[in-house]
Amino acid sequence: MKKNYGQIYTLPLTLWLTVFFTIPILIIVAISFFKKGLYGGVEFKLSLDAYKALFNPLFLKTLTSTLFISVITTIFIIIFAIPSAYYIARSKKKDFWIFLIIIPFWTNFLIRIYAWIAILGNNGLVNNILIKLGVIENYVQFLYNQWSVITVLTYVSLPFAILPLYSTIEKFDFSLLEAARDLGASKAQSIYKVLLPNIKSGITTAILFTFIPTFGNYAVPQIIGGKDSVMVGTIIARELTVMRNWPLASSISVALTIMTTIGVLLFSNFNKSKTEELRELKRGIK
Amino acid sequence: MINNVKVSKNKKKNFKVSLIFFIITLLFFYLPLLVLIVSSFNESKTMNFTGVSLKWYKSLIFDSGSLWNSFLNSIIIAISSATVSTILGTLGAIGLYWYNFKLKRYIQIVSYLPLILPEITIGVALLIFFSWIKIKLGLFTIFLAHVTFNIPFVLLIVISRLSEFDYSIIEAAYDLGAREIDALLKVIIPMTIPGIISGFLIAITLSLDDFVITFFVSGPGSSTLPLHIYSMIRFGVSPVVNALSVALIIATSALTLSTRKINKYMFS
Repeated sequence: MKKNYGQIYTLPLTLWLTVFFTIPILIIVAISFFKKGLYGGVEFKLSLDAYKALFNPLFLKTLTSTLFISVITTIFIIIFAIPSAYYIARSKKKDFWIFLIIIPFWTNFLIRIYAWIAILGNNGLVNNILIKLGVIENYVQFLYNQWSVITVLTYVSLPFAILPLYSTIEKFDFSLLEAARDLGASKAQSIYKVLLPNIKSGITTAILFTFIPTFGNYAVPQIIGGKDSVMVGTIIARELTVMRNWPLASSISVALTIMTTIGVLLFSNFNKSKTEELRELKRGIK
Repeated sequence: MINNVKVSKNKKKNFKVSLIFFIITLLFFYLPLLVLIVSSFNESKTMNFTGVSLKWYKSLIFDSGSLWNSFLNSIIIAISSATVSTILGTLGAIGLYWYNFKLKRYIQIVSYLPLILPEITIGVALLIFFSWIKIKLGLFTIFLAHVTFNIPFVLLIVISRLSEFDYSIIEAAYDLGAREIDALLKVIIPMTIPGIISGFLIAITLSLDDFVITFFVSGPGSSTLPLHIYSMIRFGVSPVVNALSVALIIATSALTLSTRKINKYMFS
């Protein structure tokens, strides 16, 4: 019998992740239950202040606007990602198209955000064109509001939705669509009742890949956003670095993490039960 | 016959709707890049095109010392953190994929959790941890953080490579008298090398691109390229950023295109 080397192989990994991941996460969980120290740090007195602060109307407002921005962004992304992925999957030059989708994302992420300032800014491309065409006389402020944040977040995450969708759609048997049409389904029906249910796993992955980074995003609202688009990430950073309120920054991070985890679990469970249902249905038919 | 014609007609129409969305998506993707490229050659600071000029490139090359310094920092951190995370991730993948042991469940959870947690949570946790144990924030803490968030990606990629190959080859090596270290160095690693390389490349790209976590764990004087770009954007936009972006686009595209192998790994 061979020796079990599993523990030896994984030892360095285990130590590293325990020290630099598990312990830091446990520390912020613990800190969130303490009182804030005068100049950063904490006072070792148990307190629920940091959690009470989460029910402050101002924070709740931020949470709602973060949710709103994330949901709208995800919807936009899915609307564009499904047809794009479908087109790529049916095209003859799949590799080339995928390559074209990936290239812009080799550029640094902040530069891609910055490019949107050049497009939407007061001195930007859109304003310049509109003024030259005589549509407007003075520049219009497109930046620093919810919609500019949504546009840029969509831009940043769209490929992360297209790629998983493409890989599921590519495996889809397109003759099923023709079969549906032959059996009298309309075009829309064949898409809603045959294509979409079959690529559900890809849609789930796409939503998770876009919703999570959007929900906890820090850079985009910071650079492109304004007063109406303060997001949870901005608040965390402010509490940590400016207000030096470690317990509050921790409690918000913990809340953010719990919400994300619940979202992931609900979503993947929901999806699993549906696929199981389908499988049972198929068994029944056979 | 008639039916057939109808079907193919419908198929074409279906195709068209998706084509329109696809074209919009591509425009959406490339418009920002195009704007950057054009304005990097623009003499004027605004979006009004007044004339072709290379002055932003000149100032990028000759009077951007701190930018190049940040760039060097980024490269150092990318290579060192990718190397360490590739070693830890590869060994870990071998252990997790082929063996059962006590802590397996725990390792699986902590190595996938960083993938689903919002980046900012990891940044906050590490910043508080580093200040707690009083490590001075700087390049070293950035390195530690980058290794941590790179590990899950390397692990995933190497595991997917391991799942493709036949364990009986390793058993054959053992039967022929190989010790564990021989099996590892002469059989397992050579066969996993494509996975290891693509894991390493992904780790490098992630490290070069990371802003949020680096932002939290960096200290004074330890700027990386993304942090430098961020401060350039926040404190007065200079068209030097445009020139820099074009240089970066060209550099990354050239790098990836010239090495077809790298390309292949990136896609697989």
